Amino acid sequence: MKVVVPVKRVIDYNVKVRVKADGSGVDLANVKMSMNPFDEIAVEEAIRLKEAGKADEVVAVSIGIKQAQETLRTALAMGADRAILVVAADDVHTDIEPLAVAKILAKVVEEEQPGLVLCGKQAIDNDMNATGQMLSAILGWSQATFASEVGIDGDSAVVTREVDGGLQTIKVKMPTVVSVDLRLNEPRYASLPNIMKAKKKPLDEKTAADYGVDVTPRLTVVKTSEPAERAAGEMVGSVDELVAKLKEKGAV
Amino acid sequence: MAVLLLAEVNNGELSMDATAKAVTASKALGDVTVLCAGASAADAAKEAATIDGVAKVLVAEDPALGHRLAESTADLIVSLAGDYDHIVAPATTDAKNVLPRLAALLDVMMLTDVSGVVDGDTFERPIYAGNAIQTVKSGDAKKVVSFRTASFDAAGTGGSAAVETVGGASASGLSEWVEDKVAESDRPELTSAGIVVSGGRGVGSEDDFALIEKLADKLGAAVGASRAAVDSGFAPNDWQVGQTGKVVAPDLYIAVGISGAIQHLAGMKDSKIIVAINKDEEAPIFQVADYGLVADLFEAVPELTEKL
Ligand SMILES: Cc1cc2nc3c(=O)[nH]c(=O)nc-3n(C[C@H](O)[C@H](O)[C@H](O)COP(=O)(O)OP(=O)(O)OC[C@H]3O[C@@H](n4cnc5c(N)ncnc54)[C@H](O)[C@@H]3O)c2cc1C
Ligand SMILES: Nc1ncnc2c1ncn2[C@@H]1O[C@H](COP(=O)(O)O)[C@@H](O)[C@H]1O
Repeated sequence: MKVVVPVKRVIDYNVKVRVKADGSGVDLANVKMSMNPFDEIAVEEAIRLKEAGKADEVVAVSIGIKQAQETLRTALAMGADRAILVVAADDVHTDIEPLAVAKILAKVVEEEQPGLVLCGKQAIDNDMNATGQMLSAILGWSQATFASEVGIDGDSAVVTREVDGGLQTIKVKMPTVVSVDLRLNEPRYASLPNIMKAKKKPLDEKTAADYGVDVTPRLTVVKTSEPAERAAGEMVGSVDELVAKLKEKGAV
Repeated sequence: MAVLLLAEVNNGELSMDATAKAVTASKALGDVTVLCAGASAADAAKEAATIDGVAKVLVAEDPALGHRLAESTADLIVSLAGDYDHIVAPATTDAKNVLPRLAALLDVMMLTDVSGVVDGDTFERPIYAGNAIQTVKSGDAKKVVSFRTASFDAAGTGGSAAVETVGGASASGLSEWVEDKVAESDRPELTSAGIVVSGGRGVGSEDDFALIEKLADKLGAAVGASRAAVDSGFAPNDWQVGQTGKVVAPDLYIAVGISGAIQHLAGMKDSKIIVAINKDEEAPIFQVADYGLVADLFEAVPELTEKL
């Protein structure tokens, strides 16, 4: 079975974003970019499936600007076998919407014929939480979102999902799209020798036009603004003082 | 303009708070029709009909809709979609599972976690863990929107909308439910509680999390947790507050042994009053706290529980 893992290049989760003064967006020039943390978990899971003999090839796919090849090299260094970069923008500030990403991924899936697509639950930049579900819809496949446990069993997968009330386990027909949540695994770090080896692994470069997908956004960004700032609070010296303050405010 | 609102129904029961908040968010968009779907949904529909501002309730009952499996639920909504300009839901995990699938079937973009409605085409939503608010205008003929419940007040009740039955659900054959692991609790629900007490890695163990729970029970509060506390097994996954967990905005939020990473703040910084208890005076949580107490939580929390 082949596993396709879509990985997105996003602002590193440790960086605090700054909204541009003219309200046109956030400033992504010269900030540290990394693989979306959820996608690291997806790559890790795919590699573990391969190590367990349940998968035979792991293909990482990224859609975005040319520099997303660095993200793909990270996936290759972790253990993916091959990578596909689909160039769909030339400015780091152009975000390709989940609908367009899903349409491109659907074409990749048509070509690659994987048994499983493992994607992240959410990209930490746009916070959409949509691409996996959309891809599954376009393909007419089953879906299992927010996975904290994935068991592949022949032509079905048993997936435990993190939901509002706790955990839900479902059984889905393969091929399927699974979106991964934080507790699925702890991604490995790429070792130096593997980083060197990854440089020689195949990385194909395509464009959105090669797949005939129109990436024109459906949502126009009118403006981007700073969230309301909280006014500075005060420090209290003791539990008694805290209780008094809370009572004064009618909070307890 | 007409709105179809997918109500939050779990095992036949309506989640009133989430649904009523989504009704408030939808009011400016047009007449609101609420859809209650599930293996059993009639009681939920009756209850939804009492929410102020609801014009009509549709009830779809079919075993295929049990447990809100995404494939059959999305198919059902597609069959109803023709009559509506907006298809919306509270941004619960169920809606986040179903609505993007629906949006792709309708070939429209999804608007996730909307926190403000500007007009029928234009919406505000937080991005980058709430560090920026984006205003976006949708060019799609139909809009599929999930609403961040913490940003809206619940609509009142007292209405009596008509309830109609709709059919058309069929099993997708793609997925089946196996089991739910849901902890029963008498505590208020995290996303609707007036007070939330959350514990972080600083609490140190699952056993010591009882300290947090005792304080919560004294206050009639819900219990939350940071990702680190959940990852370490101190607390269950559905207690996680943050960018990728639940978003809460109670009147009072007490953060204990939580450092205040941006991903955590994303889930609680709209709370009315924030209290932080942390032994590290440099902890970033103090920058958003109305009242900060530098103390060892193992001393401060029992004392606070006693004195409240
Ligand atoms: C993709 C992604 C998504 C994430 N999503 C979320 C999310 O939704 N929610 C979330 O919370 N995090 C999330 N995180 C994790 C986040 O970045 C932080 O790692 C996490 O919030 C830290 O949890 P913490 O504050 O409990 O732990 P720490 O940062 O380890 O802080 C523990 C605090 O406890 C204090 N402490 C220790 N002992 C005591 C004591 N005896 N008395 C008083 N204070 C004490 C310490 O001073 C410290 O400030 C996410 C991260 C990533 C990468
Ligand atoms: N541009 C992209 N390139 C590759 N994968 C993507 C891209 N955008 C989204 N994804 C995948 O879809 C998941 C969810 O993203 P989103 O729907 O944008 O929150 C991510 O974790 C990735 O696995």
